[in-house]
Amino acid sequence: MRWFFLIAAMLVPLAGQAAASPCLTRGTGDMGIIIERAAGSLQVVDTTAHSELFRVEGLGDLSHASAVYSRDARYAYIFGRDGGLSKVDLLCGTLVKRVVQGGNSIGGAISQDGRLIAVSNYEPGGVKVFSAESLELLADIPATRLPGGKGSKTVGLVDAPEQRFVFGLYDTGEIWIADLTDPKAPRLQRFKDIGRQPYDGLITPDGRYYIAGLFGEDGLALLDLWHPERGPSRILNHYGRGKKQLPVYKMPHLEGWAVAGDRAFLPAIGLHEILVVNRDGWQPAGRIQVHGQPVFVMARPDGRQIWVNFAFPNNDTIQVIDTETLKIIKTLKPGKGALHMEFTPRGEEVWISIRDLDQVKIYDTRTLEQTASLPADKPSGIFFTSRAHKTGL
Amino acid sequence: MLNCKSLMAGTALALFSLAGIADSAPQRKAEILHLLKHDCGSCHGMRLQGGLGPALVPERLKPFSAEQLAATILHGRPGTPMPPWKPFLTEQEALWLAGLLKKGIEP
Repeated sequence: MRWFFLIAAMLVPLAGQAAASPCLTRGTGDMGIIIERAAGSLQVVDTTAHSELFRVEGLGDLSHASAVYSRDARYAYIFGRDGGLSKVDLLCGTLVKRVVQGGNSIGGAISQDGRLIAVSNYEPGGVKVFSAESLELLADIPATRLPGGKGSKTVGLVDAPEQRFVFGLYDTGEIWIADLTDPKAPRLQRFKDIGRQPYDGLITPDGRYYIAGLFGEDGLALLDLWHPERGPSRILNHYGRGKKQLPVYKMPHLEGWAVAGDRAFLPAIGLHEILVVNRDGWQPAGRIQVHGQPVFVMARPDGRQIWVNFAFPNNDTIQVIDTETLKIIKTLKPGKGALHMEFTPRGEEVWISIRDLDQVKIYDTRTLEQTASLPADKPSGIFFTSRAHKTGL
Repeated sequence: MLNCKSLMAGTALALFSLAGIADSAPQRKAEILHLLKHDCGSCHGMRLQGGLGPALVPERLKPFSAEQLAATILHGRPGTPMPPWKPFLTEQEALWLAGLLKKGIEP
């Protein structure tokens, strides 16, 4: 055996010299990315070691950027505001390919089988579908035209079971289901008059219900994807916004689904409140008064806590809510521009980007104390590879 | 696009334009530009190329006077997600910002 190790030891330096790029040989399950919105770059991070592994640059305008993962969790697909779709190799820390697919995009999704990437666009409105492998354009689904010829902005794009994508049309008040079983010939189901100005959408983790938040009306539209023929219905009607609509300084996000037991938690629009919904029948089950207008309302993976961040001018604060008592158990002041939170796969930690401090702060979710931090250039979205295997993320 | 009330408010604002915020501390200007980039930017794009809200580039803003734009900044646009920024900006500051946007600015 000893000779084997000797030869191996001699070979290692040679292999190191021969390799063109220092790609890692490891699993990606404890890895993720941090978007650096102003610099147009991202960090590839190790969530066990709390360290940066690579920095990848040249990703364009990353304001409001989001990401999804390939099913082998090796590649991240980043959707930039400037219409850029970038594929990044986490193990090599390289930009594999980048295409500018639209004028102005707002997010994307990966198909159930991992072969397709869909991107929703504000400009021109619609959804484009690409090969996850090559980023070659496979399908173009233009949105309903508005008077004047522009397409409706598309929002809240998610993947759904049976190789479908679901999204909302902001200007025309629609929800569309696109079946991409044959990527060259998408089959569309269009639902009109679902409510005014759907601004974002989410899908429940089981992939059954699509919910669109409405900006122009007090309520949400719910579509049962097991029974799309029944059409969308309205939930929380006249419950969320109140009589007097308050100004909204940042649109809330519905990404992710904060659910604990029988209850789900949603950000109210314009109000300093979180809405609690009973999942059995989608009836209102309470409201929680919070520090500001909520942006992200996220459940710790075990559902025991809800973490909330807030819109300007309250974006220096994070609150933690106990889902049993619906009481705020902690108010944190991590710094100005607390933009996004991401839990480690089983929830013992949460990473929070603090834009104005150029830092990502890491908190222990049991003690609610900060345990570490990482430098990052104006960090915004944080996305861990555990998203690779979750519908809607 | 702008209603009568906004136009009137705009006219009233014009009176402040001479004073401007030329004398304001550079620190305050930096704060406003930070607000523009990161908070206006969450809807209009960090590079002001548009998003849920329209692009804030000279070509698109041409039909509007600085006073009209300042009125929109301060009072918002009812029926759209554009909120009033009056709690955070003075009239002079809004007018200064409107002027910058019309000239073209890369925050």
